[in-house]
Amino acid sequence: MDAVFFDTYIWPVLVILFQSVLLLVTLLIFVAYILYADRKIFAAVQMRRGPNVVGPWGLLQSFADLLKFVLKEPIIPASANKGVFLMAPLVAGVLALSAWAVIPVADGWSVADPNLGLLFVFAISSLEVYGIIMGGWASNSKYPFLAALRSAAQMVSYEVSIGFVMITVLLCVGSLNLTDIVYAQSAGLGTRMGVPVNSFLDWHWLALFPMFIVFFISAIAETNRPPFDLPEAESELVAGHMVEYSSTPFLLFFLGEFVAICLMCALTTLLFLGGWLPIIDIAPFNWLPGIFWFVLKGLFVFFCMAMVRSIVPRYRYDQLMRLGWKVFLPLSLFMVFATAFVLQFMGWA
Amino acid sequence: MGVTSLFFYLFASITVASAFMVIASRNPVHSVLFLILAFFNAAGLFMLTGAEFLALILIVVYVGAVAVLFLFVVMMLDVDFSELREGFLQYLPIGGIIGLILAVELILVLGSSFVDGKAALVAVQPIPDLGEVSNIKAIGDLLYTRYIFFFQLAGLILLVAMIGAIVLTLSHRPNVKRQNITDQVMRDPEDVELHSVKPGEGI
Repeated sequence: MDAVFFDTYIWPVLVILFQSVLLLVTLLIFVAYILYADRKIFAAVQMRRGPNVVGPWGLLQSFADLLKFVLKEPIIPASANKGVFLMAPLVAGVLALSAWAVIPVADGWSVADPNLGLLFVFAISSLEVYGIIMGGWASNSKYPFLAALRSAAQMVSYEVSIGFVMITVLLCVGSLNLTDIVYAQSAGLGTRMGVPVNSFLDWHWLALFPMFIVFFISAIAETNRPPFDLPEAESELVAGHMVEYSSTPFLLFFLGEFVAICLMCALTTLLFLGGWLPIIDIAPFNWLPGIFWFVLKGLFVFFCMAMVRSIVPRYRYDQLMRLGWKVFLPLSLFMVFATAFVLQFMGWA
Repeated sequence: MGVTSLFFYLFASITVASAFMVIASRNPVHSVLFLILAFFNAAGLFMLTGAEFLALILIVVYVGAVAVLFLFVVMMLDVDFSELREGFLQYLPIGGIIGLILAVELILVLGSSFVDGKAALVAVQPIPDLGEVSNIKAIGDLLYTRYIFFFQLAGLILLVAMIGAIVLTLSHRPNVKRQNITDQVMRDPEDVELHSVKPGEGI
């Protein structure tokens, strides 16, 4: 009886706990170096050196920052709403991390692989706005509050076009399971056009090309990255909704932001760049493990985001809203219809 | 079974408690936050019954969009709530009657299954069984075949509401400068005069 109880209730929980801790630690170390890479790329474009003091080539810079944040004194403004003020960074950090539970980094390598994985990720990313609104309101100060409103409006706007992009992918795949979405890309447009081996031409980026661009730009806007970093435009505002935050609560906001960026890179990889599939399915390439390809593609997307950040000047707020509502929304809505039309009449559905 | 009922009672009790806090808490923003907690636990209850799609849609639509709008409005309004609460008790009869009607309706719907076991099967029968077909497919099949007119009607009502809201708020003030992107892009380069300005001289 005890053995059965252990097998059915205790053991699975322990396994999930172990997987989650492993994922968390890997992800956090990854985020530390993503942050470092971001600063190094930004510096290289501006012909500066970037962080190069802590550790060899500045490799330990992120960990020094971590220590600095943790050891500082957390300050809570006297008129702040204490409970909500402290809950906001927790919400931001925890939500960003929890979406990673369903991301398959290689075949079968995910903590959970639910049928509606994509919808789960979408639901979690639509909740990330709460950390910002709560933080902005609870600080009880005008600037964080206004910044929170701007930021929330921005995230909600671009969520719409991200949703439509996901629907076009869903139409092509016929499933919301992230593993299914990757395998649907193993034989796609390239194979139909007569390419003999499965290759990168089969992935969705080619078949759904406009949507790939829309998703990439929306992902940047959704994560409040430059050139859409209006909530915390460094040269004009101070730090947006995070003005009143210091020490560990600030660190949590910061961490949540970067984990969300990594999530968007992973999602772009899964939806459009064939996940863990090798670039061409022939001998030297398909010997490499799936995780290698997944990380490589994710880093490529991140590199593109970092280049956009360093090259493109910041948008004005009304231009941002115009792009979201007047360009991306009609375009993605049209593409949903066009994709459904093509699938139906070519008999590919 | 044991774990399922444990989670059911967990979600159900938090739902009821946070629903109570929505009307009991003094700060309206806290009310909305409790409402969000209630939505979350209702989604958990949906999950337990196997309706994953409804659970996630509840989170996306209600928590991710509707409650955000609630928060926006509540945060920006500067309402004195102690003043609002003064005439609170005069609404008690109306509220009580509405609550009573809801309770009676629930008893009528759920009670039939206690009287006759078959009634419940007729009322809620996933077609086909959820073991064979995924959640979305079952809902889509029903929504786009049998209930297509109701579905379209719901969409039409939302469209009318949206257009109405836009018409009510849209106003073109004549002396406000607006950027017309098309005009800017279509501008003929011949019309633009270019001056090379020497330092210290001006045009």
